[in-house]
Amino acid sequence: MDVLWETADPLTVRQVSGRLVERDLAHTTVMTVLDRLAKKGFARRGRDGRAWRYRASESREAYVTELMLNALDQTGDRQAALARFVRSVSGAEARALRRALEALDRPDRLNPPDRLDRPDRLDGRGPASAGDPLEDAAEG
Amino acid sequence: MSPAVPILAVVAAGSIPSASALASARWPARSPAAAILLWQALGLGWGLAAVGALAALGAGPGQAGSGHAGVMRAVLALASRAVRGTSFRPPGAGLLPELRLVSVAAGLLLLALLCWVLVAASAAVLRARRRQRDLLSLLAHGDPKVPGALVVDHPAAAAYCVPGLRSRIVISAGTLELLDQAELAAVLAHERAHLRERHDLVLLPFTALLRAFRWCAVARRAESAVALLVEMLADDHALRHRPARELATALLRVGAAGSPVPSGALAADGDGQVAVRVARLLRPAPGLSAPALALVGGTAALLVAVPAAFLFASF
Repeated sequence: MDVLWETADPLTVRQVSGRLVERDLAHTTVMTVLDRLAKKGFARRGRDGRAWRYRASESREAYVTELMLNALDQTGDRQAALARFVRSVSGAEARALRRALEALDRPDRLNPPDRLDRPDRLDGRGPASAGDPLEDAAEG
Repeated sequence: MSPAVPILAVVAAGSIPSASALASARWPARSPAAAILLWQALGLGWGLAAVGALAALGAGPGQAGSGHAGVMRAVLALASRAVRGTSFRPPGAGLLPELRLVSVAAGLLLLALLCWVLVAASAAVLRARRRQRDLLSLLAHGDPKVPGALVVDHPAAAAYCVPGLRSRIVISAGTLELLDQAELAAVLAHERAHLRERHDLVLLPFTALLRAFRWCAVARRAESAVALLVEMLADDHALRHRPARELATALLRVGAAGSPVPSGALAADGDGQVAVRVARLLRPAPGLSAPALALVGGTAALLVAVPAAFLFASF
């Protein structure tokens, strides 16, 4: 596929084989791979005399964009196809998380003594203290 | 009227405020697995009770004499009478026969709808995953910093897995840049837990329900709550292998780097979830006590057993 992405011209199987410098693949292997790429819609092929000529359907960038739109949950279609480490967050929440991270990275917050003395805060049910970035973020 | 009707109707109607209450409860964060079980029972119980109540209302008691015949049997009896052409008229007194036939039809339609959305959602998920795997096989490459995962060269911070029989864990180049080695290991442990325990199958029915009832706030809250619980479950698994702090800072870094979402409604779903997970990691609360867990388990069992008994058993 990288070979097809490198050039704008449609290539024959033989030309693709020739450009695969690092591997010495059989002609039929390359043909099978190109055929499968065409079946999946990643490559388009057209007749040129007796040979098929292949070219990429979309640019590499277009496919990366498609992949990442799904990965970042920005397609607007909620489905359980992927399990993301972090679900999409709003700009406001991202800012709140940044503040929480800065607070956490400060060494004096590593082991906040006021929190250890107050077990009622453990489940987050206690009164919201001013300036606790985590609670700010949780309340959005 | 069959005695099943009021009981099933109460279960079906009661499920909805119960789901609301469960979505805002605090205890699920302490025992995510128990809470997920309760969510599943609530969903299944609601479906059985709603279908059963409509069918029972129309089908009547199903047999002459006292005692309760299973709602399914009553519906079958009604259908066989209709096929034989003896009478479309359901036995027993009560509503007009026409209204009662409409009620049975509505129950069967609801059942068909629920089955259909599950099938459609599964098909959509399988399609999307196949596309992801195809794209990944063209675009992604391995990296020694994240053994067992694929890397996509893109500056945005993304980390996810594609569940299934041929599962993949994917990390973007942006995430690779953003996190240190220990944080990456925590992310991988979290994703591996998702894949190993097939958390996607837990979430699927709730996503399907949401697709069918997009307009319904309870469906949205249920899906969001179960999604969060599944993440907590994976966080807990990651904690067995990695310190909490690494996972917490990884969450904060990926969350803070997240590109803002264009559509507001979608963003609201995930809002606050990262902060809740981080707070839980840094200030862990003890899990539910054994009696509390037994109570949750017993409630879950009743939620399914009661509607199922009225539907399928005669007594």
